[in-house]
Amino acid sequence: MKYRSVFDIIGPVMVGPSSSHTAGAVRIGQLARKLFGKAPREADIHFFGSFARTYRGHATDVAVLAGVMGLTTSDPRIPDAFDLAKDTGLIYRIHEEAAVPVHPNTVTIRLSAEGGQMSVTGISIGGGLVQITRVDGFDLRLSGEAPALLIFHQDAYGTIASVTRILAENAINISHMEVARARKGQDALMVIETDQPVNQDLVRLIQEQPNIFKTIKLDI
Amino acid sequence: MFKNIAELVDTAVSQGIPISEVMIQSEMAQNGKSREDILNEMAESFRVMKAAAQRGLTGVSSHSGMTGGDAKLLNDHIKSGRALTDRTFLSALCYALATNEVNAAMGLICATPTAGSCGVLPGVLLAAQEKLNKTDEDLVKALFCAGAIGFVIANNAMISGAAGGCQAEVGSASAMAAAALVELAGGSPDQSAQAAAIALKNMLGLACDPLAGLVEVPCIKRNAAGASNALAAAEMALAGIKSRVPPDEVIQALYTIGLSLPLALRETAAGGLAATPTGQTWKKMLSQGCQQED
Repeated sequence: MKYRSVFDIIGPVMVGPSSSHTAGAVRIGQLARKLFGKAPREADIHFFGSFARTYRGHATDVAVLAGVMGLTTSDPRIPDAFDLAKDTGLIYRIHEEAAVPVHPNTVTIRLSAEGGQMSVTGISIGGGLVQITRVDGFDLRLSGEAPALLIFHQDAYGTIASVTRILAENAINISHMEVARARKGQDALMVIETDQPVNQDLVRLIQEQPNIFKTIKLDI
Repeated sequence: MFKNIAELVDTAVSQGIPISEVMIQSEMAQNGKSREDILNEMAESFRVMKAAAQRGLTGVSSHSGMTGGDAKLLNDHIKSGRALTDRTFLSALCYALATNEVNAAMGLICATPTAGSCGVLPGVLLAAQEKLNKTDEDLVKALFCAGAIGFVIANNAMISGAAGGCQAEVGSASAMAAAALVELAGGSPDQSAQAAAIALKNMLGLACDPLAGLVEVPCIKRNAAGASNALAAAEMALAGIKSRVPPDEVIQALYTIGLSLPLALRETAAGGLAATPTGQTWKKMLSQGCQQED
């Protein structure tokens, strides 16, 4: 089931005008920022489909940028996100893309700061709910409604087991998991949504396992 | 967790509880929250709804300048004593307009189920509160009944205009409001389900074709239409009238119609009212305005 709570239907409490094109857009921006893990210096926002055609009217551009700066869907400062970005020195660019996306409400956010960059694609599926569908070239499905780990690793036997063993030993239940790889034996990404939050010590322990490149922890 | 309306009604009837109570218990079981937390969270959402409706009555205008002030006009009309219909009906229209005008003005609202359709449910419930002398707590409970109907529609069809047209937004909202209204008025769980089905049927096929892609025209007045349709459906259900097509089949119809609606009528601002000469003029004016601002 896509919707798991009554508050997905009666809610969110949000700044208007559109749950999918404003509140959902804030959520995708927020998740991109959380995955990136720090305040970006530059943000490139690429709109596809309905987003590309109607982002001005729904303030989708303002909303994504607000999310990228860490604002929540009910923050009264959302309408002033452009000014806020200028004040904080965040450089942003809005791009309208002609390509037809799989989902009509698609946005790709490229964030960069000193020492790193990240590309996050998300879709807004209605009522303010979103899914992250692509991170740095890997297809995935992440709701942002549950705690999650994104673990970039070498595609080698035993790597997934080493991670799930750590979670099992610490009584953390996996609610959803998927693995994607670029090519056999090369870079891969496992996405693990959990019922319980994962603490920083466990993240360090996972990071110390063989064949792990990078571990991102997503809290809710 | 119930998967469809039939399961929802069966659970309510077999346990002798209202639909709202089934939703509260499902929420407790599914998301591990206490009853108190769940009721408090909903009460907070209700406060936002009430504040938005009140704010809209004073007259707000949207960022684009295309809409605003209509709730105030209607309210003045009611006060003048020249209105044709009864107070409950008029109040529902008025609060629905007011709430959605606040949304268009980038004000704080509660999406029910979406922002574009956020006026229907509060419009109907706030009007019924006056008529039926209900407390805020009663209305908060009714929101769970509305939520249960929306939950089934969202999981079995869609609730976004981009995915399924306005039938998925104001149509869903109207079905949710009709069911909640029946429960608030003392109707049975099955009458709530029938009201939802009747309301939804009356909105099937509705296009999402807003001018310049903004959640303003026809969305704001469509919220008033959704509210009036909810009142009509609830009255019919309370009278014992049944939908000839069962609620779950109506939801399936919403889904298949949503999939077959052309892209131009699904929140792309490319067809219907958006494509009229007036729609094109607004689009041109607003995009020029944005460029000047940039």
